[in-house]
Amino acid sequence: MGQTASERKGAVMVVGGGVAGVQTALDLTELGYYVYLVEKGAAVGGVMAQLDKTFPTNDCSL
Amino acid sequence: MEGEPGNFSVTLNLRPRFIDADKCTACGLCTTYCPRHLVDAYNEGLDLTRPIHIDYPQAVPATYFIDPNACLHLQHGTCKICVPVCRSHAIDFGQQPEKRTLAVGAVVMAPGFGRVPESTLAKYGYGAHPDVVTSIEFERMLNASGPFKGEVQRLSDRKHPKRIAFIQCVGSRDIGCDNGYCSSVCCMYAIKEAMVAKEHDPEVDITIFYMDIRTQGKDFDNARIRAEEHFGIKFVRAKVADVMPWREKIKITYATMDGRHAFEPFDMVVLSVGLDAPADARRLADIAGFELNKYDFCKTATFAPLATSRPGVLVAGAFQGPKDIPESVTQASAAAGSAAALLREQRKAGIVVKSYPDEKPVEEEEVRIGVFVCHCGINIGSVVDVPDVDRYVEGKEGVVYHAQTLYACSQDAQEVIKEKIREHNLNRVVVAACSPRTHEPLFQETLKDAGLNRCLFEMVNIRDQCSWVHANEPEAATDKSKDLVRMGIAKARHIQPLPEQTVPVTPRALILGGGPAGMTAALAIAEQGFECYLVEKASRLGGSLRDMHYMLDGSDPAKLLADLVARIEANDRIKVFTNATLKAVGGFVGNFSSVLAVKKGKGEQEQTVEHGVIVVATGGQEHRPDKYLLGQSKKVLTQTELEKRLAGRAKNRAPKSTVMIQCAGSRGDDLAYCSKVCCTHAVKNALKIKELDPSAQVIVLYRDLRTYGYAEDAYREAREKGVIFIPYEVDRKPQVVKKGNRVVVEFFDPLLQEEVSMTPEVVALSVGYVPQDTEQLSKLLKTPVTEHKFFMEAHVKLRPVEMAVDGVYVCGMAHSPKPLDEIIVQAQAAAAKAAMPLVKGEVEVEPIVSQVNKDLCIGCSLCVNLCPYQAIQMVKEGKKRKAETIAASCKACGICASHCPTFAISMGGFTNEQINAQIEAFGAQEEETTNG
Repeated sequence: MGQTASERKGAVMVVGGGVAGVQTALDLTELGYYVYLVEKGAAVGGVMAQLDKTFPTNDCSL
Repeated sequence: MEGEPGNFSVTLNLRPRFIDADKCTACGLCTTYCPRHLVDAYNEGLDLTRPIHIDYPQAVPATYFIDPNACLHLQHGTCKICVPVCRSHAIDFGQQPEKRTLAVGAVVMAPGFGRVPESTLAKYGYGAHPDVVTSIEFERMLNASGPFKGEVQRLSDRKHPKRIAFIQCVGSRDIGCDNGYCSSVCCMYAIKEAMVAKEHDPEVDITIFYMDIRTQGKDFDNARIRAEEHFGIKFVRAKVADVMPWREKIKITYATMDGRHAFEPFDMVVLSVGLDAPADARRLADIAGFELNKYDFCKTATFAPLATSRPGVLVAGAFQGPKDIPESVTQASAAAGSAAALLREQRKAGIVVKSYPDEKPVEEEEVRIGVFVCHCGINIGSVVDVPDVDRYVEGKEGVVYHAQTLYACSQDAQEVIKEKIREHNLNRVVVAACSPRTHEPLFQETLKDAGLNRCLFEMVNIRDQCSWVHANEPEAATDKSKDLVRMGIAKARHIQPLPEQTVPVTPRALILGGGPAGMTAALAIAEQGFECYLVEKASRLGGSLRDMHYMLDGSDPAKLLADLVARIEANDRIKVFTNATLKAVGGFVGNFSSVLAVKKGKGEQEQTVEHGVIVVATGGQEHRPDKYLLGQSKKVLTQTELEKRLAGRAKNRAPKSTVMIQCAGSRGDDLAYCSKVCCTHAVKNALKIKELDPSAQVIVLYRDLRTYGYAEDAYREAREKGVIFIPYEVDRKPQVVKKGNRVVVEFFDPLLQEEVSMTPEVVALSVGYVPQDTEQLSKLLKTPVTEHKFFMEAHVKLRPVEMAVDGVYVCGMAHSPKPLDEIIVQAQAAAAKAAMPLVKGEVEVEPIVSQVNKDLCIGCSLCVNLCPYQAIQMVKEGKKRKAETIAASCKACGICASHCPTFAISMGGFTNEQINAQIEAFGAQEEETTNG
């Protein structure tokens, strides 16, 4: 606590908030790091959020 | 971006949303009032939205935003209707673009992929004919929340198509558009979309035009077979020459393998578009200073698949090369692990740990319930009579405070809840609002902030279950809300605080298998700062890496092997056991105790090791089919044997003539599955032969040539160098027969339309891979295997390297056959996941786990057998056997509690007493109506 962004230690930047970026960010927090997740769109999710179902189990993609 | 690994400085441009994310409640009112239309990009332009909108209701963050290029106010200074409409005053046109500089130790690039240019799609009639659509447009059409509510419609006349064609490899495997690679995902999604379309309308007739069906992933072939046999989807191997409008239909002209031309009319054509490099790849590479490959994807090497050319900058996902979701998720974990290892010294230095006030003991207090009924803007309030529900709560047993709230989830509402807890000394809180699935953690957090145990909270969902499903029956929705709230209060009277349990972790890993996967995993865990035991059953490390002699990209596997072994030997955190196997495993995540059997001379020595996690990397081996004279003639080799010969020192190591037979024993023969690597292996060996002797003849007999990804370049190169590829049908397999000293291969050539007989110097079989010892190991670890005896991951997409038993991870060929670069990535991913409990030092247990009342337990062990997570064990209590929950492994599914014949098991937060109280409160409705 109390650290400003410019002096924060052990931070990682993840560029892209699709499934790969989100998973990277989640795993990094689990491993003990602060993460900046940078996404150019208005929401994370990427192309996977546009998919209806996923192969081969036809699970809902959202 | 400037600086060095561990110490980068990056500058970001932040664009304004023009909406305050803290205030926006995502009610959607602004969109309904916004006067201007905007083409909905989320729906691929098939629908309309407004400049102020959210892409989809589940979007994260759940905050609306304004498209500045379409907004009337931002473009012309007019309108501003949305500002007074927004009840939470979230709209802020004063927001400005911002530049922000951050200090970061590492960067992971995951920008995904781009789109195939429209000029390529135009070759297939896209743009000229509205009923030629892309696969992603089709995906939106299939979606129930998509532009046509899940109905597939022709864009030309809104009619329902009866005949649909899929064209594969649009923008992939096509040097005409500079995309020489295979996009690796299109075959799968086309099959999926075709099957979903068939589920929507069983009458629809679907044909997929393809060159090779590349369903090489784990169990992917099954889906292809299901598509064909169960859904009746037609697969036609043909090159599409032309797509033309014809009357009201679209005519596809195509050429089949036998050189025939044919044409067929369809109502709709779906283009299976490939994955292109991201549009801004160049810019990103310039800013961050890393190299791209010739296709503008990120440049990486086989042995370091996630390292970009700039140290400290990693890559994951489709930008590393076209790939599917499971591979992307795996790469993400691996990249996270690599970044974590790089910044080991700074671990936990930057994370924010929240502190809470001490929990107030409530067990001895009388029950004091506070109830908050939420309007959710108009989401609940426009249907359910919220004030009426709030009034109804008055006087209910135990309720000392109740109130309505506009948005129970808003930041200020949390403050109100905390204040009321203090003011009225509340010790139970009921919130009647939306779904606990999304919002329970938020309210539980608020309770913790107020000094209450988080389990003293009960949530009632009057949005999904009342205002949404009974949107047209407001009175019934209000009555049902009252029922649910009454039941929630009844349960709340019985809820008790539950302890937050944690179990300490032995900070060490056990890695089974010393091949490329096991060695990579061991190093990755050691580089994160943890000790590991690396167990190899052979006398030395290396495994299948010892069978590899050269790679397609020219890198040297012997060098990798030497490097891995040297780094392992130099790392004092890794203890290697060779000639060793796992004999027994006890314990659970964080606290395993395993017995290793180590061969010593003629005898065997046992050693017990304590560890917190297990990584399974036991590998696979070439299958030896009893077919095609393998083992009966020296002229018949497996691809691995051929590779060894080609890499040797013999003068005539390149055979003058070679026939390779793909799927020898695979895909429906001895092995039902595709082994993923054999096609690329065959092409690699064919190119080696051509390199050694350009005049040598190589013929490859195949079913579907599955050189996915960049290996497609090698396939093309092989054809250019004169390697001949001839497909065969499964009902007309090649034959290998002995004629004296000669070995003769007989096969049917579809182009010549006749049987051909050849006498090659060598017959090379692509035999596929089988897992090693997984059946026995799965019994020890209590982790399931697939029907093909590979280890089964916990979830194909979301948890691709974890297994059903907590603390056990899988990578490499033990999971499924895969090439070396994917093995390395998967091993890094398994290591990253395995490091998580080690980093935490303890395993947190959700308080809702099961608990056994040992006085009631009769020791029948029914629960032990039913538990899908191996989370219940039998323990001896005096002379009796009693069940005991292993809290660290329990997932609180409740199967044990619902089956226990003596009601000895209860679930935290869902006790029989609580559920009975809810049911009784539901039945109490009649009485109240009569009395009132």
